Amino acid sequence: MATSDRKPVLLDFEKPLAELEGRIQQIRDLADENEVDVGEQIRQLEARAQQLRQEIFGNLTPTQRLQVARHPRRPSTLDYIQAISDEWIELHGDRGGFDDPAVVGGVARLDGRPVMMLGQQKGRDTKDNIARNFGMASPGGYRKAIRLMEHADRFGMPILSFIDTPAAWAGLEAEEFGQGEAIAFNLREMFRFEVPIICTVIGEGGSGGALGIGVGDRLLMLEHAVYSVAPPEACAAILWRDAAKGPQAAAALKITSEDLINLGLIDEVVKEPTGAAHSDPVQATELLKAALLRNLADLDQLTSQQRRELRYHKFRNMGKFAEATV
Amino acid sequence: MSLFDWFANRRKENPSSEPQQEREIADGLWTKCESCGALMYTKDLRTNQMVCLECNHHMRVYSDERIRQLIDADTWTALDESVRSIDPLGFRDRKPYTDRLREMQEKTKLVDAVQTGVGQLEGTTVALGVMDFRFMGGSMGSVVGEKLTRLIERGTQQRLPVIIVCASGGARMQEGMLSLMQMAKISGALDRHRDQRLLYIPVLTHPTAGGVTASFAMLGDVIIAEPKATIAFAGRRVVEQTLREKLPDDFQTAEYLLEHGFVDLIVPRTQLKKTLAQLISLHQPTSAPTDLMRHHLASDRADVKPLSHIEG
Repeated sequence: MATSDRKPVLLDFEKPLAELEGRIQQIRDLADENEVDVGEQIRQLEARAQQLRQEIFGNLTPTQRLQVARHPRRPSTLDYIQAISDEWIELHGDRGGFDDPAVVGGVARLDGRPVMMLGQQKGRDTKDNIARNFGMASPGGYRKAIRLMEHADRFGMPILSFIDTPAAWAGLEAEEFGQGEAIAFNLREMFRFEVPIICTVIGEGGSGGALGIGVGDRLLMLEHAVYSVAPPEACAAILWRDAAKGPQAAAALKITSEDLINLGLIDEVVKEPTGAAHSDPVQATELLKAALLRNLADLDQLTSQQRRELRYHKFRNMGKFAEATV
Repeated sequence: MSLFDWFANRRKENPSSEPQQEREIADGLWTKCESCGALMYTKDLRTNQMVCLECNHHMRVYSDERIRQLIDADTWTALDESVRSIDPLGFRDRKPYTDRLREMQEKTKLVDAVQTGVGQLEGTTVALGVMDFRFMGGSMGSVVGEKLTRLIERGTQQRLPVIIVCASGGARMQEGMLSLMQMAKISGALDRHRDQRLLYIPVLTHPTAGGVTASFAMLGDVIIAEPKATIAFAGRRVVEQTLREKLPDDFQTAEYLLEHGFVDLIVPRTQLKKTLAQLISLHQPTSAPTDLMRHHLASDRADVKPLSHIEG
């Protein structure tokens, strides 16, 4: 979780809010020192801050959404796993020679019940980010993920995957060891599992790298998360021939949770605290946990065969086209 | 009349001499190999399936030509030709997506970036999909995803082998996440086909990249590639930018993938139909001996102890 002893990271549009919050704190401190009652003033200022928070976070542009989704203090997969589960043991390795730190996972207990939790892991600081390759998984990461999911399927544990990656890693070794094959294999195999699968985009869902752990019975997205066919910057470089056109691309690609629920590609938007998950990680965790438990309870009502049918037809129906009827 | 005018008039009056020849080259009577520069009669080049007669360079083949090369004459039935792209996102980059689609359709006479159908390949019925790189770089949007999914589902229902000739830059950005999800949709259909123990062979041609590589291109029971085809997940330029270093010349070629274990065979185009037919025939269920039949066969042979003796 974003700890309070670290310096806050402010996005440009968060600054007026931070100033106001700073002022409230100042007044509080002054009042404490001088033993003056400023309760009414504080209440008014806090109401104003809450209003400002709503205004700012209720009207974010797609580019600002992207900034929130990539916020360095945004809770990561490990933060959620640790906060949601009663207990958990991290497991390692793809059994093919690699243990990709950009993908984490393990057996956990959720509300008394064993589950498999896994996802891409961005670093919590610069050093960690370098070690975890900024959450960009290598082929070994996708193979580790599918190994853990197969394990879950054998032991009847529901699979909860957490998506948070800019993209799959595009390096020489990633190509050499079959990045395409690794993702493709997961896409096919995830249709086979008999246990419930819930995939949640918690931050940034980037292209095939996200989808590689993203085939499930339910697809959830945190309110301020984004999910995109390609990183907007890369898309701008290709379509506009100008990487600086990222903001246009971010808007055109329809990457926000509202966009995707309107397109019928995700099932549920999980609310975040008013100032987004990084402003109140504890509340963000509670909201996510409640959503996961509710969806899991729904999926428990179905047989494994029904869930596989549901999963197939969910993806089968994705796509928009016209067809002349003869 | 100047000498120039005189020539100009002569040309008008007599269009059969020099201009005629020019037109013949422009009309494609001759083709120059883009690799070795050799000039060949297009007719001869066609007969050799657009493989250079001098240097064996595999030139790009578009979907109509590819279908002619692989499917027995007069046996092709095209499927889902009325499935068309719409503009679900109202997408506009330097040009509106709807304009791009219309221009592509006019230019290529294709509806979208894939043709699908059923036909005979040396007498065996197959479900064949052929991507066409001319149409927006063979990119995969909702239409490509839907047509390929229907093709695979038909293959599963009618117990047909499925062959997909890949040529694509990847997901079509103009349809955003709808394009990405086609990767999962097609992979799901392939899972059901595979569950029925049916054969699926992707043929990877130049270029096969991105979301196509990361889904159906890599899910074949047997994976074939054309010589020297570029097959990649992330494009060479992207990888070079990421690493800031030069990559080996053969990086992401069919030969490189063969060496690393990601394709089974590199098949020259002139041998492709024959190889596909052979593979299909080798995978056809025959009245193969069951365990019980093997037991009886063994009992009939004096030099092999019958199974019952071992069990007893």
